[in-house]
Amino acid sequence: MSHQSDLIADDINAYLEAHENKSLLRFITCGSVDDGKSTLIGRLLYDSKMIFEDQLEALESDSKRHGTQGDQIDFALLVDGLAAEREQGITIDVAYRFFSTDRRKFIVADTPGHEQYTRNMATGASTADLAILMIDARKGILTQTRRHSFIASSLGIRKLILCINKMDLVEYDEAVFNNIEQDFLEFANELNAGIEIQAIPVSALAGDNITSISDNTPWYTGPSLMEYLETVPVGDERKAAPFRMPVQWVNRPNLDFRGFSGQIASGSIKPGDKIKTLPSAKETTVERVVVHGGDLAEGIAGQSVTLTFADEVDTSRGDVICAANDPAEVSDQFQARILWMSDDAMLPGRRYLLKTGAKTVTALVSGLKYRIDVNDLQDRPAKTLNLNEVGVCTLSLDQAIAFDPYDVNRETGGFILIDRLTNNTVGLGMLDFALRRAGNIHWQALDVDRETLASQKDQKPAVLWFTGLSGSGKSTIANALQKKLFSMGKHTFVLDGDNVRHGLNRDLGFTDEDRVENIRRVSSVAKLMTDAGLITLVSFISPFRSERRMARNLMSEGEFIEIHVDTPLSVAEERDVKGLYKRARAGEIKNFTGIDSPYEAPKDPEITIDTVNNTPESAADEIVRWMEAKGLLDA
Amino acid sequence: MGPLVSDLTHLDRLEAESIHIMREVAAEAENPVMLYSVGKDSAVMLHLAMKAFYPSVPPFPLMHVDTTWKFSEMIKFRDRKAAEIGMDLIVHSNQEGIDAGVGPFTHGSAVHTDIMKTQGLIQALDKYKFDVAFGGARRDEEKSRAKERVFSFRTAEHRWDPKNQRPELWNVYNARIRKGESIRCFPISNWTELDIWQYIRREQIEIVPLYYAAKRPVVEWEGSQIMVDDERMPEELRKTAVEKYVRFRTLGCYPLTGAVESEADTLEEIIQEMLLTTSSERQGRTIDRDQAASMEKKKQEGYF
Repeated sequence: MSHQSDLIADDINAYLEAHENKSLLRFITCGSVDDGKSTLIGRLLYDSKMIFEDQLEALESDSKRHGTQGDQIDFALLVDGLAAEREQGITIDVAYRFFSTDRRKFIVADTPGHEQYTRNMATGASTADLAILMIDARKGILTQTRRHSFIASSLGIRKLILCINKMDLVEYDEAVFNNIEQDFLEFANELNAGIEIQAIPVSALAGDNITSISDNTPWYTGPSLMEYLETVPVGDERKAAPFRMPVQWVNRPNLDFRGFSGQIASGSIKPGDKIKTLPSAKETTVERVVVHGGDLAEGIAGQSVTLTFADEVDTSRGDVICAANDPAEVSDQFQARILWMSDDAMLPGRRYLLKTGAKTVTALVSGLKYRIDVNDLQDRPAKTLNLNEVGVCTLSLDQAIAFDPYDVNRETGGFILIDRLTNNTVGLGMLDFALRRAGNIHWQALDVDRETLASQKDQKPAVLWFTGLSGSGKSTIANALQKKLFSMGKHTFVLDGDNVRHGLNRDLGFTDEDRVENIRRVSSVAKLMTDAGLITLVSFISPFRSERRMARNLMSEGEFIEIHVDTPLSVAEERDVKGLYKRARAGEIKNFTGIDSPYEAPKDPEITIDTVNNTPESAADEIVRWMEAKGLLDA
Repeated sequence: MGPLVSDLTHLDRLEAESIHIMREVAAEAENPVMLYSVGKDSAVMLHLAMKAFYPSVPPFPLMHVDTTWKFSEMIKFRDRKAAEIGMDLIVHSNQEGIDAGVGPFTHGSAVHTDIMKTQGLIQALDKYKFDVAFGGARRDEEKSRAKERVFSFRTAEHRWDPKNQRPELWNVYNARIRKGESIRCFPISNWTELDIWQYIRREQIEIVPLYYAAKRPVVEWEGSQIMVDDERMPEELRKTAVEKYVRFRTLGCYPLTGAVESEADTLEEIIQEMLLTTSSERQGRTIDRDQAASMEKKKQEGYF
């Protein structure tokens, strides 16, 4: 077995010393079906003498039975190990293979090409330092090439080898190679920045440019595949990053020892270093870096260690120990990219278990902003995520967690989603940023306070919240009311549903989830306007009681005035000023309030307007009288 | 204090990964167990467990499924080792199989392995209601192993569904199961045979002496060199025994484990022989040669 090395026979001790200190490179091979991934791996194993004679015999007999290469050895059969794979001649699941050379040791994950097995490809990519993309020189860049590049780069792989294969079938034509490389570089501009790309012309079957430079491609001046794999620096940016260690297990053998065991995710740690445990944000000093066989002077990224602290700091599994001067962020609301890996679609509004590091919490997918088409990288509107689809989502957790953005730190920014019923792993995710930084943002105290701002305007701030069906007359009444208040010298502003949806809420649709978010944003804006001292007129259908209650709770006592514009559905539908009811009835508009989406009428509104027996003018007068009676229009 | 750590070598990285896996199980499983087969892979796995939880003793018991046909030296080594470390040792044998007189000489390797090993294991897991069982399997051993996850899910009937494995991302493992279901966890999945030997050498891990060459009585049986370990070997076979310098590359039931002729009696010589040899370590195992997809089939049925 193993690569040829004269040292093995001559001086085994010297060989072992050398081999013991080799570094490790983990990579994946991906690409389309029939591009020759498995053949390439078989070739690497064969050329580095990692195949035993008994395995070779078995391979020869298998090649005759299942092989696709006539009488020649079918290297793909070395890696396609599952019976179903051999029958169908395709790769279904990731296969891990191992080989070494004099310079390095390698772990290869051979990943499937079919789109239906994208989740298995992601499994292989998540632990890889580098990706080899196989491309058939006769076919060029395919949809699968783009999909795999996107997934590999999303998962944080920063080095891509473009293996342009089957060069023997295109007469080793330089132009073919150059064109494919050029096509790919253009496409790669749309991927994450900072990706290193090396294109190599090869024939996995014939062995060109695999372990040595081939005479068939004299125009190619780059390294052979093996040379590149052996020498590419394995970027250990993890070591330079700030210290992070998720606590896996609290080590308490007896009353005198209390340690926190985990694998260092990034950075390094020494006795005396100041640390902060998150999310509790307690600070202390590291006392010892314990491993079996003697303490370490320093623990570095990748090592599994046990830390003890100078003080008793309450720390438990799932907490993240961080460098005190450069801690992770803490939040319970995130934007994240999710790759869905289950046959049952992801539903916004559903709760899943989220595991990141050693922490498991409950996560609500509060919204799906859009889906990224993995084949052309374009954003597409989406209601759900199906198997192998990637989307940008908002997440709301039941408790705050420590994290770093995935693009900054793979270890503290990646998570899996688990179905609570089946316990299956249904999604993988990458945290992008916190929507609300629980720890970092404090209220800024303002010298000119809201009372001062209101008294400057000779008025009391208030929110007049008009709710009712579409076409009930909310905006018309609000408009009439604003004119009256203006003529009385009051400072007002109207937030109108349709208008706000053109700007602030342009990204929201009409699903239940989006309606909730719509109201959350509008009530926050209305709140800011009352702080500015304005009388704010909000004209929104706002069909759900719970969201109107949320808006009410946001305002100061007595400043929220709920006005139910009570127009029966039949009347609103008959008026149908905008022609919307007709279209909704025709099925052209989905989720239309009153038709196929519910309207929950207010139970105790401050004011109810009967629009059947009132004009907009008289309705506005009625509201002014009500405000005067409550003293809201006094200075 | 040790020296300042420079870059991690491949052995360092493998060690850290295995320790991480074991700690996840200790933290998440309700009733974990480590399957201990007394071989070199088990020796490494046990050593890693000692390191993972130091200064605590590993928080789970060891379990050996004893087919009653193991080399007697293995049993002696097992009992001494468990006592030294202070971990509980559970030994389980399939009593029904013993009562029926099942053995490799009378029933052949396939029936013996199924009843004494696979069924014995399933009985033991059901009896003690273990939810996660560590095993020392490696991905480089065999093609269906190469496809298996580190946390490998088993149904309540102990079946493995290779076409429907849970995705496994980064080092974030999903150890959640429902009642009755279980997980086989393979912390040394990513180690190769050479890694195992190098690590044994680096860490000075004690292994069963059968791995080292010595003069032993062997007979030729079904194409393999079988050591005469006890009286249960049929007498006409035993009569053919000759003394040879042999050692074993893997250890299992003595009638099913072929010896290789060798004079390698140091670790370095063993590694040297392994690196220069032209056959894989499983060649000595009768169980793998039955059919191409034999391991995958056995695993689906509950074999480790």
